[in-house]
Amino acid sequence: MIASHLPVLQVALPLIAAPLCVLLRRPTLAWAFATLVSWALLAMSILLLVRVMADGVISYHLGGWAPPFGIEYRLDALNCFVLLVISAIAAVVTPYMRQSVASEIAAPRHNLFYGVYLLALTGLLGIAATGDAFNIYVFMEISSLASYVLIGLGPSRRARAAAFQYLIMGTIGATFLLIGIGLLYMMTGTLNLADLSQRVAEVQDMRPIYAAFAFITVGVLIKLALFPLHIWLPNAYTHAPSAVSAFLAASATKVGAYVLLRFVFTLFGLEFSFERMPLMEILMPLSLIAILVGSGVAIFQHDLKRLFAYSSIGQIGYLGLGISFASTSGLTGAIVHIFNHAMMKGGIFLALGCMMYRTGSVELSALHGLGRRMPFTMAALIIGGLGLVGVPLTSGFVSKWYLVQAALEADLWPVAVLILLGSLVALVYVGRVIEAAYFHPPAAGAPPIRETPLQMLIPTWILLAASLYFGVHTDITVGVAERGAEMLLGIAQ
Amino acid sequence: MDILTHFNYWAAIALATIGLYAVVARHNLIKKLIGLSLFQTAVFLLFITIGKVTGGTAPILDAAYSVYSNPLPHVLILTAIVVSVATLAVGLALAIAIKRDYGTVEEDEIHDADNDPGPGSA
Repeated sequence: MIASHLPVLQVALPLIAAPLCVLLRRPTLAWAFATLVSWALLAMSILLLVRVMADGVISYHLGGWAPPFGIEYRLDALNCFVLLVISAIAAVVTPYMRQSVASEIAAPRHNLFYGVYLLALTGLLGIAATGDAFNIYVFMEISSLASYVLIGLGPSRRARAAAFQYLIMGTIGATFLLIGIGLLYMMTGTLNLADLSQRVAEVQDMRPIYAAFAFITVGVLIKLALFPLHIWLPNAYTHAPSAVSAFLAASATKVGAYVLLRFVFTLFGLEFSFERMPLMEILMPLSLIAILVGSGVAIFQHDLKRLFAYSSIGQIGYLGLGISFASTSGLTGAIVHIFNHAMMKGGIFLALGCMMYRTGSVELSALHGLGRRMPFTMAALIIGGLGLVGVPLTSGFVSKWYLVQAALEADLWPVAVLILLGSLVALVYVGRVIEAAYFHPPAAGAPPIRETPLQMLIPTWILLAASLYFGVHTDITVGVAERGAEMLLGIAQ
Repeated sequence: MDILTHFNYWAAIALATIGLYAVVARHNLIKKLIGLSLFQTAVFLLFITIGKVTGGTAPILDAAYSVYSNPLPHVLILTAIVVSVATLAVGLALAIAIKRDYGTVEEDEIHDADNDPGPGSA
């Protein structure tokens, strides 16, 4: 009975849990409750993925109203994969939050913090689960509004300025998406994604559809933070509380990538997006610039959170690049990179949170001597960094392998060269981190620093161990990603 | 002719442009939020007007009328208005927090304060 309602429970559970969490006044209680919810969500998303891989698409009719009139939650391989990534990240980050949040946010606000955090989770899961265009907008705003608040809770006053900047950019992006959806509704009279994809094909020569495509793409690219619409990202990730940086870096932009895939391939279709509209010609150069500029700017950063935030902009470039190929290997690379980058970047930001917890700083100079004093935390940071470079045996290598393969299949060898060049640039900034951590003695008179508490270290290592495991055992991730890619391209089913 | 028959679109486009311009050009955070609200409201108008059917009445079931306006955009916009109010509330709350932390809501002064930390800055 309950099993048939899993698709909606995945979204409803955190939504109902959020206000309940606010009622729990004791910080530990609120945290324990949020942790339980996140584990329940992970269990549900695993069950859903297993069911979808076995039986195919699940269509859930909200309130029993049949689509296209009622709201439909439609789960296929791609959806479930994204749901799994978000809930897995949440299940790992939430246990970590107890100490990290306690050291950065005043105790009377903890119940509010966890409440807002669950709302952000609701929004992200909702975007992934729903099969209704307007629902995507609403969930996107739920997750964004919650993220603004979470970022604004950061310890320095710059967090408030960063949150405000993100609010302005994010609202413009979401409103662009709303304009696009409005134009689609005007031309087709439907909001259901599956229904829209058929009806758009009938009227695709009309100018409003072209405008809708442009508005939706730009709106989603702001959320995805693809160059040159990335301005909000470095400040937001740098000044947010450590655990929030880890959660958002690992989940929010990934959901943006999913929405782009959904609109471009499922709704507008391959032929419209890439032949009538010049999506490849726009997305590919922007992604390549993002890879080189994002990674290049990262080299010159002294604040580690900012360094890895710029590195995220580079990594988002790889996502965009994979999408722009519109081929099976390109999309497989992009979808697998959603998972791999979530694990790596989540792990890195968690390691930075550990560093913040012990040393009170994430400056590059604060790393001096930490290689000996916090060996496990630093090892985690380095493994994550090597993953970003794409060293073999890390999962970053798998995504880049598919992207290079896609570039060669498309006879775009300069693009393949640029992908490898991006890895070299990443090697430089990761090299700086390694140098600071292992080859500099600690500053004279520095207070003794102990290793991170286990409750924070274990989540960090779970994410990075996952990124190593899936760097070697690629069957599961690549298998699901390939199935998702083939479905988007309309090859299978 | 086209301009007159599609004046609802022109009104929405004009309002949206004014709003977006204010967001980009104004340095005062409150004025930015006003611009943002204007931009969102323009999109709501666009939605509402596409639901209008010429000669249609409100969608109430009655034997006397057979032509109704489409109520769905209205319902969508009710939700979007809630979203917009929430955005405005969060934005204003952040502006108040910024005023408390920085002592100003002017963007360039905030920028200067961050680049040149004076005494007492956090």
